[in-house]
Amino acid sequence: MTTTEDRPATEIGNPRLRKEDARLITGRTRWTDNIVLPGMQHIAMVRSPFAHARITSIDTEAARAATGVVAVITGADIADEQGALPNAWAVVSDQQAPVHPSMAVDHVAFAGEIVAMVIARTAAEANDAAELVDVDYEELAPALELRAAARDEVIAHPDLGTNVSAVWAYDSAESGTGGDVEAAIAAARNGGIVIEKEIRQQRLIPAFMEPRAIVVDPTTEQMTVWSSTQVPHFVRIFIALVLGIPESKIRVIAPDVGGGFGGKLQFTPEEVLTVIAARRTGKPCKYCETRSESLMAAHHGRDQWQQVTLAATADGTVTGLKVELTVDMGAYLGLVTSAIPLLGAFMYNGIYKFPSYHLGITNVFTNKTWTDAYRGAGRPEATYAIERVMDELAARVGVDPLEIRERNWIKHEEFPFSTVSGLQYDSGNYEAATAKARELFGYDDLRKEQAERRESGDPVQLGIGISTYTEMCGLAPSRWLGSMGYVGGGWEHAAVRMLPTGKVEVVTGTSPHGQGHETAWSQLVADRLGVAFEDVEVLHGDTQVAVRGLDTYGSRSLAVGGMAVLAAADKVIEKAKPIAAQLLEANTDDLDFSAGRYGVRGTDAGMTLAELAFAVFQGHKLDGSAEGCLDADATLDPDDFSFPHGTHLCAVEVDTETGETKIRSYVSVDDVGVVVNPLIVEGQVHGGLAQGIAQALYEEAVHDDSGTLITGSFDQYLLPGAPDLPRFETARTETPATTNQLGVKGVGEAGTIASTPAVVNAIVDALRPLGVTDVVMPCTPYRVWKAIQEGAQS
Amino acid sequence: MTRITVKVDGSSFTDEVEPRTLLVHYLREQLGKTGTVVGCDTGNCGSCTVHLDGRSVKSCSLLAVQADGHEVTTIEGLSTNGQLHPMQQAFHEHHALQCGYCTPGMIMQSIDLIADNPDPSDEDVRLGLEGNLCRCTGYQNIVKAVQAAAAAGGAQ
Ligand code: FES
Ligand code: FES
Repeated sequence: MTTTEDRPATEIGNPRLRKEDARLITGRTRWTDNIVLPGMQHIAMVRSPFAHARITSIDTEAARAATGVVAVITGADIADEQGALPNAWAVVSDQQAPVHPSMAVDHVAFAGEIVAMVIARTAAEANDAAELVDVDYEELAPALELRAAARDEVIAHPDLGTNVSAVWAYDSAESGTGGDVEAAIAAARNGGIVIEKEIRQQRLIPAFMEPRAIVVDPTTEQMTVWSSTQVPHFVRIFIALVLGIPESKIRVIAPDVGGGFGGKLQFTPEEVLTVIAARRTGKPCKYCETRSESLMAAHHGRDQWQQVTLAATADGTVTGLKVELTVDMGAYLGLVTSAIPLLGAFMYNGIYKFPSYHLGITNVFTNKTWTDAYRGAGRPEATYAIERVMDELAARVGVDPLEIRERNWIKHEEFPFSTVSGLQYDSGNYEAATAKARELFGYDDLRKEQAERRESGDPVQLGIGISTYTEMCGLAPSRWLGSMGYVGGGWEHAAVRMLPTGKVEVVTGTSPHGQGHETAWSQLVADRLGVAFEDVEVLHGDTQVAVRGLDTYGSRSLAVGGMAVLAAADKVIEKAKPIAAQLLEANTDDLDFSAGRYGVRGTDAGMTLAELAFAVFQGHKLDGSAEGCLDADATLDPDDFSFPHGTHLCAVEVDTETGETKIRSYVSVDDVGVVVNPLIVEGQVHGGLAQGIAQALYEEAVHDDSGTLITGSFDQYLLPGAPDLPRFETARTETPATTNQLGVKGVGEAGTIASTPAVVNAIVDALRPLGVTDVVMPCTPYRVWKAIQEGAQS
Repeated sequence: MTRITVKVDGSSFTDEVEPRTLLVHYLREQLGKTGTVVGCDTGNCGSCTVHLDGRSVKSCSLLAVQADGHEVTTIEGLSTNGQLHPMQQAFHEHHALQCGYCTPGMIMQSIDLIADNPDPSDEDVRLGLEGNLCRCTGYQNIVKAVQAAAAAGGAQ
């Protein structure tokens, strides 16, 4: 063991370089697609080219006869075996949903839905034979446009009889958390200000860089499933429930996973079908999707219409907010599709003290790829809506948009604060984050330059965009989830094991795929147990090793999973105490634990945890009065959410002749509470900003009139490249959360949530003197140019 | 089937390949060079970038037969005697990777970039990496890493 002197004073806050890099930078990786097993067979999927059709016949004979083909399976073949894919969150008790098969039997509801699979000796043979499967379809009219679908003009699932899946509402007057919003709006129409705005949240694609892949080995006592997933524990449970295999007979491993962003928070048709293929043939089977398949068939995100009404007094004090959402489920409900708008439902009031609030949600089916979680999941949509509208309010009142926010936000001395949507914000300091952002950005100078450019009629106008945000992180108290209709819990599990050689094994139920838990959890444990960072090994993502867990999403890993790790470490310290007392022949009351060692107060006598671990391994000197083991498990259910917040400022230059937008500078000041590893936190912010900016400027999943995804490759779905993004200036303020023992909050989604409105507010700000009050996302040069033309006419 | 001889990461291989086999599939499936990965099917993402005779190429856009008689270096052949290549080291030190899926391609492309331009500006690096997508990092730390490797003489 390294001596304690080698360690920095504390690991919390130490920008440790990541442990996981060693294998990733040298190519010694374990992506699912790298796994090769003896006798392994390959699967190719046959997918529907039509958005809505009836399958009239499938001829598999030619494919079956092709070289290397082991089996061809259609939906009819497995109709009784495949079960139905689960939705884990009924947002209302009478939620409507079609049966969600892994493979369509007689009806396809989106382009890309699987209708058959070919199992062959090689991937090339499987792909070749898949081309030979002859499917006859009878095309049906597809329900595509969301608002028309909400009116049931065309029905996506004729058996269901309606496209409306659920209608849900929150009303502050009914819930007793605030006043009556209709009264506030009526009053504001009389001498105050009412802002009404319709906002389109375009459909996005998570587009993790590693396409999804699955390998199933049925030849072991426990069937082993490797999947490129964020949620190996979910996958295990759902394979058991959907296919009727005892859970104890299934082992799921998420090896190295190349990004997720919510897109791999799913239990997929491909997972079910690969298990079926392996079970039927008795051989290991592998399925790897192509990028085109991934873009078309892995779940999409966002896709909402938001109807926002804001009421305020003439001086810009908000008196009420009313929001009506129409949300595209796509063709089916995935794991939490139905609840994505719900996760944003409590965030529309943002950082503000609104006295009244109403939110209505209508979940609607269409014949498009099903939607589900994408980074932020509901909260980016909410933040975008309120932050765009606050800017419009500032324009109406004629004050600086920062001033309108300050007029309405919760002051730092007002925490803890009960919001109009019924949440309890434990902590925050919006003034501090905003002041810091303002200074780093050079706000006043930029405003001056903006005025000069306006004055001189510069064809390139400067715009300044502001976004203040908070989000609920740390999903989630199990009681809350239960009250909202979710079938699962929100706890997390960890184990800490003291090895006889003094090394420490940490097992976590979280399942990282880029977030650096191996490094950060090592820091937590090194700090708590007083052992060297290098001596800690973090294990995860294998249900045979991490036997309990609820995985990684919703900025929960540190705030819930990390705190479970600390709880387990604390138990180790507790368990070591009576053993130390016995071996040191001291009274437990005379022992102090510090820097990894139990010492007898007032003497030099003591034993390190490593020495104690070896002593319990030998067992020679234990008298049996305490359990001869230091290892401990802990399960932690969070008391409440955590609420990171921040202020982002964006300066854009918009060429008013071409509509081209260039981000000139971007400053983010985030308050994510106490930071364990600033390097990792900064990286998370950067990546989040990139995805939020991408929504503002570049990305949109577009379907044509027949329901075919036009943006079906990286040629058309425009992930930003390095030249498309600016340099970010990131900084932090630190207001510790009071809802967990370390004061941490969560950072995975912050950048994505804040940046989209910051960029669009900046573009609108640049063009406001030209009569522009909105630009539809993504703000392409053409759309910006068009907004300028329309502004000139109005 | 066509017979090809390729030197990959210092070792010579002679194999029968189907004429349609992509270089990336030959590397991954026949040679087990799974450090090189596939991220798309349209040549956009750059995850598959390797060096062919010392210059970066997208190994998904090349047939295995086109590598016949040539020398390929993958991410697995970069470090020598357990010593990381300066670009690998720089990616580690500047936290230029998260999930790491784009990383092999990014590193191979970045080495090529600084071979051409040993003192690249921020913009030079960004333009030089245009053909390599990363969904995790927002590129800022990658730019930093490439510049640091260049300053450390990584072009040699
Ligand atoms: S795999 Fe995407 S460019 Fe080669
Ligand atoms: S690090 Fe994940 S795609 Fe680049």
